[in-house]
Amino acid sequence: MAAVKQTVDHVRSLEKYKHGFVTDIDQEFAPKGLNADIVRFISAKKDEPEWMLAWRLDAFERWLAMDEPDWAKISFPRIDYQDAYYYAAPKAKAGPKSLDEVDPDLLETYKKLGIPLREQEVLAGVEGAPKYAVDAVFDSVSVVTTFKKELAQAGVIFCSMSEAIREHPELVRKHLGSVVPVSDNYFACLNSAVFSDGSFVYVPPGVRCPMELSTYFRINAENSGQFERTLIIADQGAYVSYLEGCTAPMRDENQLHAAVVELVALDDAEIKYSTVQNWYPGDPETGKGGIYNFVTKRADCRGDRSKVSWTQVETGSAITWKYPSCVLRGEGSSGEFYSIAITNGRQQADTGTKMIHLGPNTRSRIISKGISAGKSTNTYRGLVSAHPKARGARNFTQCDSLLIGKTCAAHTVPYIEARNGQSVFEHEATTTRLSEDQLFYAMQRGLSEEEAVQLLVNGFVKDVLQELPMEFAVEAQKLVAISLEGSVG
Amino acid sequence: MLSVKDLRAEIDGKEILKGLSLDVPAGEVHAIMGPNGAGKSTLSYVLTGRQGYDVTAGSATLDGEDLLVLEPNERAAKGVFLSFQYPLEIPGVPALTFIRTALNAQRKARGEPEITAPEFLKLARAKAAELKIDFDMLKRALNVGFSGGEKKRMEILQMAMLSPRFLILDETDSGLDIDALRIVADGVNALRGPDRAMLVITHYQRLLDYIRPDRVHVLSAGRIVASGGPELALELERDGYDKYARAA
Repeated sequence: MAAVKQTVDHVRSLEKYKHGFVTDIDQEFAPKGLNADIVRFISAKKDEPEWMLAWRLDAFERWLAMDEPDWAKISFPRIDYQDAYYYAAPKAKAGPKSLDEVDPDLLETYKKLGIPLREQEVLAGVEGAPKYAVDAVFDSVSVVTTFKKELAQAGVIFCSMSEAIREHPELVRKHLGSVVPVSDNYFACLNSAVFSDGSFVYVPPGVRCPMELSTYFRINAENSGQFERTLIIADQGAYVSYLEGCTAPMRDENQLHAAVVELVALDDAEIKYSTVQNWYPGDPETGKGGIYNFVTKRADCRGDRSKVSWTQVETGSAITWKYPSCVLRGEGSSGEFYSIAITNGRQQADTGTKMIHLGPNTRSRIISKGISAGKSTNTYRGLVSAHPKARGARNFTQCDSLLIGKTCAAHTVPYIEARNGQSVFEHEATTTRLSEDQLFYAMQRGLSEEEAVQLLVNGFVKDVLQELPMEFAVEAQKLVAISLEGSVG
Repeated sequence: MLSVKDLRAEIDGKEILKGLSLDVPAGEVHAIMGPNGAGKSTLSYVLTGRQGYDVTAGSATLDGEDLLVLEPNERAAKGVFLSFQYPLEIPGVPALTFIRTALNAQRKARGEPEITAPEFLKLARAKAAELKIDFDMLKRALNVGFSGGEKKRMEILQMAMLSPRFLILDETDSGLDIDALRIVADGVNALRGPDRAMLVITHYQRLLDYIRPDRVHVLSAGRIVASGGPELALELERDGYDKYARAA
């Protein structure tokens, strides 16, 4: 099939990671390496109060005593934690007040990323299109947050974490670390010590957040890690939908991304958290470079009838180690996890969820779609557990794996624990290879091989794509196609 | 229209077609009959370009154009359509999406503009009604959970919507009850015309009562061993393939 070969080669040449550019701007770094002084440096840079510094130092002490986890089905050379920068910030006048004060190079970067940073660009969208408030995090610093005024009118707080620590210390102190404890795991603990910035959201009782909130994370600096911290609190009866997007330049070295996301849902509150993760995956042939994405995401469905829904489209990163989870504490609370994880080239993904049923009549639903191509490894790892008090707990899990080609691998590792006799857990799993028969069938109808793969894969992930906010579903669909270009032939 | 000359093809080194020659002029319907393993399905796959079928000698042209050098989708854009013996299930892709994507891919390949959504839906409604297919079924994932008869009707619907020039029907009658057979045959007959040609592959004479062929060919051991008018099909029905199996 010479023509197909040609097409694939052509596509491959185009396929180069399109976010792989570097923005050349003045950066301010902390000295390389990690010690208590670096932690103090970061805290001082951010004008943090004493309690925050103490919290960080405590985390650092605990981190020193911990070991890197090794249970995931991923392999990578040992990380030298002393060989990285833990703080990198675009050099700017103290705190930009408006978009006009932001370094134009930075704005250019976001423009390249297609981020609707400038409000008029958002407003110039289709009549009646929803607006998105955006918080942009560049390396260690939140650059700008849009639509703040409009949100404030609704009583919604949406700002960078640094600002929240200064302006809303009571909320931060109450909730920070309440979902993911400081020493929860190695990477979360490291994050607690050195986290740089991130987003903070508080939606007051009974308020439905008037627009989608979103954060774009961008790692730019060389040899630097990104440790962002996100905290979202939906008070009683509140609703918020939040989306994060991630990209990074192409670098030969691996970069560490160890984020922590905490969600708190009180009585009758609902949080919808969507991620479109497209960190640089490394060189597809040699596996060189790429982001290590070691992330801890957890929601506490603290209130009765509260609801949290995680939706993720994971296409990037050299290694993904990520398990967005729900602690279903409130009576009748529910958790959902919808995931598309695509690995190609030499990528490794070990991802899934944990649904911890603590309260009675709690419900959870897991739909996971893993797609492996190239020489990649894709593992679903999940835990569903019901504690003695969780009478009437229900879970439905569906894990589907799709293999493209003959050199990739898919694994499914579900853990199910029911510690009472009144829980109903269902688990379904399938593994299929993208069949030659289906491909030929679609091609016989006129689709090229690439188009046929896209159509079949989009069919495979449809259940999850429809959970994303509409505009992002379209973006995600494109991303799915790009990630798999050149994966057959 | 279609001209096949001394075609030899093999799968995994085993020769299945052993010098097959066949001409189907525009406006005609030809039937290919033959025992199991004669190479009937192989012929349909070789003509449509399925991977794994290696042509070692001979030629196949459509209106003088070499088919064998083209990709399956390029052949489709030239108007070659295969109604599959076992239509594939396409999970998560609604039939309408599938057909529209295919139609637009073909149009693009031919340098034609895409069909608009209203035009497409109008066409789909009309063709579905002709084939007595409930329109709501077209919103479901293609062929997933469809009965054998429904799948075959869906093949004919795709055929009607893609409007090909050269149609290959591979065992389209298998799995159909008499009512479904009539509906499918009506759908196929509606596509007969001076600019089209058809190759109807079947085991049994039954289908040919509904789709009257102009010529009948007997395929045995990879070659056409006898050709005749519609009466040949009746003879085969009566006497079986024995005589031709020996002749091969």
